[in-house]
Amino acid sequence: MKTIKAQFGFKGGVHPQYHKDLAAEQPIERLPLPKTLAISMSQHLGAPAKCLVQKGDVVAKGQLIGERNGFISANVHSPAAGTVAAIEPRMGPVGNWTDAVILETAEDQSGEAAFMPPLDWKSASVDELRARVNDAGLCGMGGAGFPTVVKLTPPPDKHCEFLVLNGAECEPYLTSDYRNMREHADRIRLGVEIMRKILSGPAVRIAIEANKPAAIEAMEKAFADIDGNVEIVVLPTLYPQGSEKHQIYACTKRLVPPGALPISVGCVVENISTVAAIADAVEKGKPLIERVTTVSGDGIVRPCNILAPIGTSYADLVAFAGGEKEGVRKVISGGPMMGFNVPNLQIATTKTTSGLLLFTAASVFQYSSEPCINCGSCVRACPMQLNPAYISRAVEANDIAMAESFGVMNCLECGACSFSCPAYRDVTQFCRRAKASLRAAAAAAKAKAAAAKEGLKV
Amino acid sequence: MNAIILATLVIAAVGAVAAIALAIADKYLAVREDPRIGLVTAALPGANCGGCGFAGCGDYARALVAGTAAPGACAPGGDAANAEIAKILGVAAEATEKRVALVKCCGTRSEAVRVGDYNGICDCASAASTAGGDKGCRYGCLGYGACANVCPKSAIRIEDGLAVVDKRLCVGCGKCVSVCPRKIIELVPASATIHVLCNNPVRGPEVTKVCGVGCIGCHLCEKNSGGKEAGHFTFNGFLAHVNYQNPPTDAALVSKCPRKCIREDAHFETGA
Repeated sequence: MKTIKAQFGFKGGVHPQYHKDLAAEQPIERLPLPKTLAISMSQHLGAPAKCLVQKGDVVAKGQLIGERNGFISANVHSPAAGTVAAIEPRMGPVGNWTDAVILETAEDQSGEAAFMPPLDWKSASVDELRARVNDAGLCGMGGAGFPTVVKLTPPPDKHCEFLVLNGAECEPYLTSDYRNMREHADRIRLGVEIMRKILSGPAVRIAIEANKPAAIEAMEKAFADIDGNVEIVVLPTLYPQGSEKHQIYACTKRLVPPGALPISVGCVVENISTVAAIADAVEKGKPLIERVTTVSGDGIVRPCNILAPIGTSYADLVAFAGGEKEGVRKVISGGPMMGFNVPNLQIATTKTTSGLLLFTAASVFQYSSEPCINCGSCVRACPMQLNPAYISRAVEANDIAMAESFGVMNCLECGACSFSCPAYRDVTQFCRRAKASLRAAAAAAKAKAAAAKEGLKV
Repeated sequence: MNAIILATLVIAAVGAVAAIALAIADKYLAVREDPRIGLVTAALPGANCGGCGFAGCGDYARALVAGTAAPGACAPGGDAANAEIAKILGVAAEATEKRVALVKCCGTRSEAVRVGDYNGICDCASAASTAGGDKGCRYGCLGYGACANVCPKSAIRIEDGLAVVDKRLCVGCGKCVSVCPRKIIELVPASATIHVLCNNPVRGPEVTKVCGVGCIGCHLCEKNSGGKEAGHFTFNGFLAHVNYQNPPTDAALVSKCPRKCIREDAHFETGA
């Protein structure tokens, strides 16, 4: 095991003010169990889980309540013992309405949890371990929520050579992965060993940004005596260093082709917190039912890192963090660069809620967009070497095909272009809109082709 | 020889050769087009709105003459164009009814609650995907003008945070219907005068929280128009909808709606 500096950097990126000091030194605190939880059936990327419970059902802690429904999907478990009060559509953090199980938690949580039997990872077979990752409903906890079992099942013609652990946490304010690295480095190490076994022994690269020396130290200590090819890669502090494509490049100098998954270049990238959750799922049989969420921002009385069950309402998190200060103007679920603005605090956390940020008027900038002044700031900032200025103008003129020809589908929506635009143009939102219409058009074309095929058969 | 005369002769010779070439080309390379295509194209209104499903009037005319399309799909042309096309093609004209777009929302800025300040790009789909839109009602018109931007006749404008259709300009092409992310625009017969301008099917108490003029499904309009048997209204959840097969005509219904969401045409024909 050794610690090295990243050899390969990327062009572009921005340096936002990080404000991590607000919550970085706050140890993870456990939230007292809320009275109600709203557990969404769509917490991961892909198809929503199939709900297995009905109104009035009594469920145990850890019981399966939503079943994986499709290849890209994940199981959902009950975070606490209680009674199902309702199953109704609820708004998620991205403004999407999905079915959620509303759980009235029981006063008495002393009953036995319906966890899976513990597995000894050393003696268990790879298939057993993989099945456990699937059963535990694990998905990427960094933000996108890609189902972990899919990552851990490379196609037969592909071999995973590098397992990259994402501990960059490049979003400002967020410190949940940082706290996990400092407090649960041993869990992460166990998770790495299990993942190495499943992926038949890839080299491990632990990518951490240079502005987290305490996390690097904790990981060095935990991994000191590990055998095999393991390196801690210290990345320069630069947003968006946490993007998986950029991390793969920084650690291995491999470029992921447009539209392809990391496995196409022999890499698997997994978030640090997810790795710790894998260790819990295997060793304790505990499904993914809780996560650490950073509650921060200048609108919060006591910024902190809270370990809360999935489905906790934002209002409960804010109350635990000392409540909100007067004059809160903006609430963001996730980080300030890529997170989603939410309209109220009735929304519940999901497996991917890494942060909840409240801002007062003092730090919320009201602006109106102006025409592009051709300064090129966004071009210099774009980590994917796109030309966001041209893309935004094409979308403004409703020419989505032209935006596609400028490569908008490679956009990460990292927000570096909007951040750097002196004309306050919503460049990222233009890209997002172009991507949404292109995806909708592709889905429509696919449906049409399928219908035509059906027609031929009949 | 004088240079001017030489130039004149050369140009005349080139002109003569080109004229002969063109005359030959006209005779042997001519594309025979059905003369009816030109006639039908002339009979169509030339709006090129795409409402018929073809790429403009010329394309529709070709399909009509080829017999792959039926007359009557042209909304802007209406019955007059329809009859003329039928005459040219020698088929029976089917009566069509002029349809116009109706925005089923009357929650203006003063009536409908806005839950946030949307600061992003002026586009309904983008606004709808930002925290579910800044309007409290998740079924209502966001008023960022996606429909107005695609309207080929400039028949839609945004007034007080609400899309308003000018019935006299609307040709019923339906482009706005497909572009609206909230799916609140419907094509209705131009002859109907009484409309329910609301699209929110949820329970009354939830509607009144977010809008001063939202339908609560009280069924008073149905009772006042002769009951269920008269069939002037249908209901979807807690939302009344005019049955356009049998639309109501009694203007008194407007003042009798306790939520003021039943309106006479005036709403979408303002600015006269």
